[in-house]
Amino acid sequence: MPLLEVKAVSKNFGGVAALKEMSLSVNANEIVGLIGPNGAGKTSFFNCVTGLIPVDGGQILFDKGLLCLNGFPSNKILEAGIARTFQNLRIFKNMTLLENVAVGFHSRTRSGLMDAFLKTQRLRREEKMIFEESTKLLRFMGLESQGNEIASNLPYGSQKRLEIARALACGPKLLLLDEPVAGMNPTEKEEIIALIRKIREKNIAVLIIEHDMQVIMPLSDRVVVMDQGGKIAEGTPDEVQKNPRVIEAYLGEG
Amino acid sequence: MAPRAFNNFFAKHYKKHPFFLQVFLFLFPFVFFPLIDKNIYHIDLMTNVGIYVLLAMGLNVVVGFAGLLNLGYAAFFAIGAYTYALLNIHWGISFWIGLPLAGLLSMFFGLVIGIPSMRVRGDYLAITTLGFGEIIRIAFNNLDAWTGGPNGLLGIDRPAIGPWRFSVNPTPYFYLALFLVAVTAYLLFRMSDSKIGRALVAIREDELAASCMGIPTLKVKLYAFGLSSFIAGVAGALFASKQTIITPDSFDFVLSVLILAMVVLGGMGNIWGSALGALVLGVLPEVLRGFASYRMLIFGIIVILMMSFRPQGILGGQLIRRELNSRHKEAGDAAS
Repeated sequence: MPLLEVKAVSKNFGGVAALKEMSLSVNANEIVGLIGPNGAGKTSFFNCVTGLIPVDGGQILFDKGLLCLNGFPSNKILEAGIARTFQNLRIFKNMTLLENVAVGFHSRTRSGLMDAFLKTQRLRREEKMIFEESTKLLRFMGLESQGNEIASNLPYGSQKRLEIARALACGPKLLLLDEPVAGMNPTEKEEIIALIRKIREKNIAVLIIEHDMQVIMPLSDRVVVMDQGGKIAEGTPDEVQKNPRVIEAYLGEG
Repeated sequence: MAPRAFNNFFAKHYKKHPFFLQVFLFLFPFVFFPLIDKNIYHIDLMTNVGIYVLLAMGLNVVVGFAGLLNLGYAAFFAIGAYTYALLNIHWGISFWIGLPLAGLLSMFFGLVIGIPSMRVRGDYLAITTLGFGEIIRIAFNNLDAWTGGPNGLLGIDRPAIGPWRFSVNPTPYFYLALFLVAVTAYLLFRMSDSKIGRALVAIREDELAASCMGIPTLKVKLYAFGLSSFIAGVAGALFASKQTIITPDSFDFVLSVLILAMVVLGGMGNIWGSALGALVLGVLPEVLRGFASYRMLIFGIIVILMMSFRPQGILGGQLIRRELNSRHKEAGDAAS
């Protein structure tokens, strides 16, 4: 059984069908690319999987089919093990980098308001752990020297990386990346590719939406192509590139 | 030599107990206030400022940290005051027991109003809380059998320590208010430094991203609402015991707005900022008394100038006006 299995998910916004019986699966430890022309429904798909918009039909199964995520609120889906980043950055701009990453540990720590008031052992232990682990994650993403900077002061590329660090702090089994290299220069893109490979080595599966074929093709084990809310092709990067339906979707009929 | 030794000593302890030392350093000087300024009127004024500081710090949890606009905060203050008054008048419950009960009942109402209204945001939440504030005041005004209607409740007991009872002299109230402010400030600092504090700020910054990072946003917002109304309830009980008479018009909409102005003026999300805002707005009308009937005019002009030249407030670091400026960022990144 795959780690994530989405079966025939549909979503309509009024009369517009954003997703039409879209199916997709991601195996443990796999990097899957999700591509398609603008408006194909890729981000809507992410929003459905992470519980931001309720699905109209279909099933979202996680953890080898043990967990049905339909109707879960976003924070429960995260606790199940799916973390994500956003297409247009949604970091916490007025918090420091360390605080941003620390927020990711929310669901992994148990201390509550009373622990904070009374400064209990558990709180001290968890706070220490949170900031040690957050520092490690910032180092992993190459941001350790800016830990106490306010996030909005960072350049765009670093903010993108901060968002990935924050998602990793949640301890996911599956990471959804929505255009992680958009707006980056070639050097930065290379760094992100290397990082995503390193993330996979941590035993985390990755599902990436990306327009940049130079990034997605060498990186992905498998590529899924969407158009007009449905899946039109699936396979290894080579297979997909030769698929006539994919070429048609991108270039229009000849 | 000596200063360096002191610095080292201080740095070491500051690192270990930053909030305790901050609270101590900022509030300890006020212990001497009644000893230096023997004017009873001034001490009374500062006691009222202490109650304002409690209210501003409490409202700051919801408005400053969580970014939820609450325009009915005076209602929770009123619930606290009436709780202690009624418990005391009917059952003779002492102030020290009435104080936490007032906080708890106020918190209960905070959660009751919070659960349905937390589902709306921004302007809509502001209107919901505004409505709640008015309902409470009008209810107290009209439940004559219970609350004495517009005449209010009289003969509320002052606090007593053993056989010694507080009197008209405001000095003991001043110290009691100072103590409550110190405890509240310390606990709020502890909260803001914990994951709950970070979660609240994350919700203010971007609620959608916060929920995708595993924060149960409704629950955390209710924590903030409950804590905030608890503090208002405690302040209300203190107020009732000090006045010994309470009437519904002490808790009108203008008070809610005044407290909000204190939070904004001091700097939203900053605990000392709220205290400073309460101090400034509490003392300013008295300082301006010399201007007689132009008093409120000058007061208004000062507030307007302050907001145009330093919109983040006196101690506000980052410019935090998301909630008031931008309306709906929800699910902004739909299909692409």
